[in-house]
Amino acid sequence: MNHLFEFLLRQGDNALVLGHRTSEWCGVAPALEEDIALANTALDLIGQTQLWLGYAAEVEGEGRTANDLAFRRDAYDFRNMLMVEVPNEDFGRTLMRQFFFDAFQVPWLDALQTSSDQRVAEIAAKSLKEAKYHIARSAETVIALGDGTEDSNARMQAALAYLWPYTGEVFVDDDVDRAMADQGVAPLPSTLRGQWTATVTETLTNANLVQPESGFAHAGGRSGKRHTEHLGHMLATMQTLQRSYPGAVW
Amino acid sequence: MRPQTAALSEAQVWAWLDDVPDPEIPVISVVDLGVVRDVSVLDTAVTVTITPTYSGCPAMSVIAMDIETALAKQGVTDVQLKTQIAPAWTTDWLSDKGRARLEDYGIAPPQPAGGPTRCPHCHSDAVEKVSQFGSTPCKAQWRCTDCLEPFDYFKCI
Ligand SMILES: [Zn+2]
Repeated sequence: MNHLFEFLLRQGDNALVLGHRTSEWCGVAPALEEDIALANTALDLIGQTQLWLGYAAEVEGEGRTANDLAFRRDAYDFRNMLMVEVPNEDFGRTLMRQFFFDAFQVPWLDALQTSSDQRVAEIAAKSLKEAKYHIARSAETVIALGDGTEDSNARMQAALAYLWPYTGEVFVDDDVDRAMADQGVAPLPSTLRGQWTATVTETLTNANLVQPESGFAHAGGRSGKRHTEHLGHMLATMQTLQRSYPGAVW
Repeated sequence: MRPQTAALSEAQVWAWLDDVPDPEIPVISVVDLGVVRDVSVLDTAVTVTITPTYSGCPAMSVIAMDIETALAKQGVTDVQLKTQIAPAWTTDWLSDKGRARLEDYGIAPPQPAGGPTRCPHCHSDAVEKVSQFGSTPCKAQWRCTDCLEPFDYFKCI
């Protein structure tokens, strides 16, 4: 197994799958400003995808491109965490997920800036600026909705209950993580758990939301062993052009 | 058309690039925007290094094409465009000329404090945020509570 390739797929697939999910709001968000904000967030994530998967394709060295990796792999070849592939459901869950993701990405990308791999460090530095901008909005919105009306609070609490079992996957170190840590490419994800929890607890408290106590975590996305049934449906839409017309170019 | 025999200087290429408008905010040039990071000339061959504003900014491919077209108009056809992402683009690289032109155009220039200091229309400091994002990746939406006009704010990153 090429550990660096696997590591890069994880970074790229997280950004790609969440970017696509977020783009599903384009034109149907609850307000024009939110529509634009969601589309811009999706755009940043797809931009980051190009950087991660572009480098992944180079590392793999088999002539594939970032586009090939995005549009011509099947669900079991994806290496994103499960949390980013579950459906948006409603605006509340979409923003709660974005917040959970941002709360991880900010310290994670910050740490990757000092990666022993120059390209990883460069992509992280670029992406971090965008992630910091995202968390300002996602945290603010989680608080506004949690601490809003009875209805918005109930929806955010439901979003929290649904997403919570998906938040733990990323902190469980595996062989790829250990190889990257040994090479100085990335820290062990488990070492970021404390920082993530502190950020999340503070925001949920300010949002008048009750943090679940369960430590159960779904797993299988980062390894590709067991994705949810939702990823295949999402890919069917996202990949339809390249599946119908393989190799089609603009 | 510049005769091919004349010596080409890097300063000349920078000056030409300063006439290439940003495709989304045409009052400032790609040089004002800070996306042109380096110009090097070897005989008649020109290498221009550019950096993206946002990783997913769709204007980057247009900027690259506009640079090639502008140089071709000056008779420079041996152009190599290089993209680099490090150091990451920052609004600190906006030129003073560009900042002034943005405000004249109705876009509040970026401020380290994270929000506009005044309304670009009436210069009142009574402004409020409408949305953290705007019509392009580099802008946010604000509004003036004195003249009541909405305006774009160039995000500070
Ligand atoms: Zn005004």
